[in-house]
Amino acid sequence: MPADFISNLYVFILAGFVGFEVIKRVSPLLHTPLMSLTNALDAIVVVAAIIIAGRHEARLTTVLGAIAVAASFSNMVGGFVITDRMLRMFKSGGSKKS
Amino acid sequence: MTALALQQYLDFAYIAAVVLFILSLRFLSSPTTARWGVLAGEIGAALAVVATLFNPEVAQYKWVLIPLIIGAGVGIPLGMVHMTAVPQRTALSHAFGALSAAMIGIAEFYVGTAPVTRFQMGEIGLEVIIGSLTFTGSLIAAGKLQEILPQRPIVYRGQNIVSLSVLGAALGLAVALVVNPAHATLFPIMVIVALIFGVLLVTPIGGADMPTVISLLNSYAGFSAALLGFVLNSKVLVVAGALDGSSGFILSVIMCKAMNRSFTNVMFGAFGQVQTSAAAAKEERVVRSATPEEAAAILLAANKVVIVPGYGMAVAQAQHKVRELYDALTKKGVDVRFAIHPVAGRMPGHMNVLLAEADIPYDRLIEMDEINGDFPQTDVALIIGANDVTNPAARTDHSSPIFGMPILDVDKAHTVMVIKRSMNPGFAGIDNPLYYLDRTLMLFGDAKQFVGGIVRELGGGH
Repeated sequence: MPADFISNLYVFILAGFVGFEVIKRVSPLLHTPLMSLTNALDAIVVVAAIIIAGRHEARLTTVLGAIAVAASFSNMVGGFVITDRMLRMFKSGGSKKS
Repeated sequence: MTALALQQYLDFAYIAAVVLFILSLRFLSSPTTARWGVLAGEIGAALAVVATLFNPEVAQYKWVLIPLIIGAGVGIPLGMVHMTAVPQRTALSHAFGALSAAMIGIAEFYVGTAPVTRFQMGEIGLEVIIGSLTFTGSLIAAGKLQEILPQRPIVYRGQNIVSLSVLGAALGLAVALVVNPAHATLFPIMVIVALIFGVLLVTPIGGADMPTVISLLNSYAGFSAALLGFVLNSKVLVVAGALDGSSGFILSVIMCKAMNRSFTNVMFGAFGQVQTSAAAAKEERVVRSATPEEAAAILLAANKVVIVPGYGMAVAQAQHKVRELYDALTKKGVDVRFAIHPVAGRMPGHMNVLLAEADIPYDRLIEMDEINGDFPQTDVALIIGANDVTNPAARTDHSSPIFGMPILDVDKAHTVMVIKRSMNPGFAGIDNPLYYLDRTLMLFGDAKQFVGGIVRELGGGH
């Protein structure tokens, strides 16, 4: 078993616990924005896609990489945009406009 | 700057991104700080993307920058969709996330930096299977939510056996590839079989189960990204994938609990089997109905009103009329609150977003556990487009398919008013005894028009 696998497994388990503790505290009020925000964060796979496309090793991998760049970057941009739009709508009673 | 030093700078950028991602989710714990969460996430993501562009492995920029521009061109309109379209947009973004994870895994199989070892083959196989099935499954979910595909569950005899055999075939092909990674021809077949399984997985699920399915697909999309991190030895992907995966997983558990069902029960469609028998047992019973004028008079006489919104409010796009009703009643001194069931609507938190869009302050939106104790002191419970989440049979009737599901105890309010198109049973086909109570008034009609009618009456009553 490669050493990289073990260190990645450590990171995965610790991040999983951090995620569990942090997300448990998110108000159910915000579960829809939570999902769109984690989608945007998950779109960080774009960094791997950029390297696959940018390495330019073979036509097939460049095409696959380019599709991955477009798909994940649209998630990143769209996810942040819609999350912010949703969160802007949540107003407390005090700041309610009449 | 030597190559090694540059690599270290890149790593620091990724570590900063990971810290910002965790902070981003922490800020989301309260609506007052939540927008900071978006900012933190954006800075982290921008840092990671810009740093990656400086990676010496990126030998050409044409096929990086063009897709980035296309991605932004697709992403911005998808970020600007109407709030009622948020569930299908979310399903579509799960599909995009899974698509890119699968594409990168496939690319890694064909031209890895070194020949693929058996261990790497196992990682890639699993990653590509999860990514592919999440891609097609999410597309089907998006199609159902957009109503391009039939929303009702599509079931046939022996379905579970067929679906599980297809999954078994995909896993079997992955195992064959691990045994001998040189059998490269098996790889595209494995991808296709996994894509088919995604279709079979989501097709039999529909309607009220959508919040659970969306959450599960969210968690699969996250875990496929984390697995990709293992394949590429990229810790930033492992962390982001683990955060997204655990978020989807927690939401799935919350949705399942709110329906008193297990994962397997949702995935293998037990609901579909019981609903026909439950619908057949329906008998003729008397209901009382009322007009908008009568409803307005009852609401005006009340001190405390609780509005229970459901998917029907979203379908009728009645949230803005509901806000007018809220304003009119509040102006007359009536205390109006909203009771939010965790599975109301088509995705977690769906009702909150729609009501927030209609400018209803979020401190008026009360969760089920918090508001249930208040129903006995509530004068009027007004149900708009919700059905199963208010069905008292879930508490009392052991033979009901939804027995044990936590519900909003609206039947304990002094008066119950239900806006409903007709007496047809709801999506799950389960009859609701609430409608036959003496204290219940049925308000037949379209949610938007009926609420509009009540608002007109209230406006004319100065």
